[in-house]
Amino acid sequence: MREQILAIIEKNSRINIKELAIILGAEEIDIANELKAMEEEGVICGYHTMIDWEKTSIEKVTALIEVRITPQRGQGYDNIAERIYKYPEVNSVYLISGGYDLLVTLDGKSLKAVSSFVSDKLSTLEGVLSTATHFILKKYKDHGTILTRKYEDTREKVTP
Amino acid sequence: MRNPLSETIVTIKPSGIRKFFDLVSEMEDAISLGVGEPDFDTPWHIRDEGIYSLEKGRTFYTSNAGLKELKIEIVKYIERFQGVSYDADHEVIVTVGGSEAIDIALRAMVDPGDEVLIPQPSYVSYEPCAVLAGAKPVIIELKEENEFRLTAKELREAITDKTKILILPFPNNPTGAIMERKDLEAIAEIIREKDLFVISDEIYAELTYKDKHVSIVSLPGMQERTVLINGFSKAYAMTGWRLGYACAPREIMEQMLKIHQFAIMCAPTTSQYAAVEALRNGDGDVAMMRESYNQRRRFLMHAFKEMGLTCFEPYGAFYVFPCIKEFGMTSDEFANRLLQEEKVAVVPGTAFGDCGEGFLRISYAYSIDNLKIALEKINAFITRLRKEQK
Repeated sequence: MREQILAIIEKNSRINIKELAIILGAEEIDIANELKAMEEEGVICGYHTMIDWEKTSIEKVTALIEVRITPQRGQGYDNIAERIYKYPEVNSVYLISGGYDLLVTLDGKSLKAVSSFVSDKLSTLEGVLSTATHFILKKYKDHGTILTRKYEDTREKVTP
Repeated sequence: MRNPLSETIVTIKPSGIRKFFDLVSEMEDAISLGVGEPDFDTPWHIRDEGIYSLEKGRTFYTSNAGLKELKIEIVKYIERFQGVSYDADHEVIVTVGGSEAIDIALRAMVDPGDEVLIPQPSYVSYEPCAVLAGAKPVIIELKEENEFRLTAKELREAITDKTKILILPFPNNPTGAIMERKDLEAIAEIIREKDLFVISDEIYAELTYKDKHVSIVSLPGMQERTVLINGFSKAYAMTGWRLGYACAPREIMEQMLKIHQFAIMCAPTTSQYAAVEALRNGDGDVAMMRESYNQRRRFLMHAFKEMGLTCFEPYGAFYVFPCIKEFGMTSDEFANRLLQEEKVAVVPGTAFGDCGEGFLRISYAYSIDNLKIALEKINAFITRLRKEQK
């Protein structure tokens, strides 16, 4: 049941317990308990809203930053990752295999705000060897949802 | 001028669904629950194979019976699904949708005067295809009290010494009914005893919500008496690709192949390449879609219960078949008023046979959000009807 609940709420976190129980053919109490357990175990880490900021009047710049670092003895990459993720403007931090070490995503108010964060805060951290900043120009698809076009039902309205 | 038309074709009524389709098309903002095809797009990896085949210039006819590699995949699929083996070279044909398979199977097997048993409510093409093949269709009216399954008693009562074929349309469009192993065993016994043949249309085989679908070909002595029909439309959301197939004993298949060869040549090549990919790597997509349909099915059943609308629980396809007899209207009247007053389109049960009277086919090949809106309107409509009745 866990897997089924997660598959549904990953796409629609607003669905209520009653409706989940109906469509999964389960008891409400069982769904509620399962959700609670998953929250406690940290399987469910939050319920977010997907927003296409482009369509609002709020200015927002998202950047992906490749960071190369020197791992520290005994700590590996964890210490420096922690230093980075503590900044509230940092959205996500991933340890990556391949040409660089950390991938940091960042939301800023403007290009300038992001670049000054990178030059003043990020690249001056001890252990950071280099950074490469990529600004996102357009989001086509995010979290499995296509942002650039709306679903349209093109089927014939009545078919046998 | 002489009458240019064939007497036979003129006697065939146009599909009952057509009339309703015209009404709905005129209404621009109608919400439809009347569609008989999946709402999912064909999974991308399958479309991608179709595109790739075009890029590589695979734009020629295939052999009449279909691409060898597709026939092999079909045989493997039936083996893992039903545990039954077919000979890919002589017992499989790839057709233009399940519809063509129904047509050529009937034409290959009946002579004038032969009787074909057709359980109804069921898909619209069995009866006309039987007539066009020169046979006499004999309707078996299925009953709600049996969950619209075919019973041994109903079958026995319909058999005469002219009966040759039983059409077995399960999982069923429009009722959503299924036949489980025990139901099929009772039917198979009579088929063997009376020396009949079966055309088993299992196009919805992947969409069952109880146990896995059981095909009648998996029962003892039935493979040699059955034309098994399936296809890609419903399981893989590939309706527009027009691709189905049939498996049958060599003797029958040879004759079906002749009709197919002269009337069709071969099924669309692009679709056949895409279908190979569907069978090889599409199990996950089918499971995902099945789960999604099942959630909607539960949602609808729950909503009907709350509305107090009687409906047996269907375990197959993507239709529910609620009963509207309490409102004292025909299915046609009900569907028309629902369309005019609430702009919701559902298909009257009578489009699938006279015994569909008093029922509606409601499709759940729609998102839950869509279903919610439509259900609110249906609820408002029947609440009003109940008040009128008082």
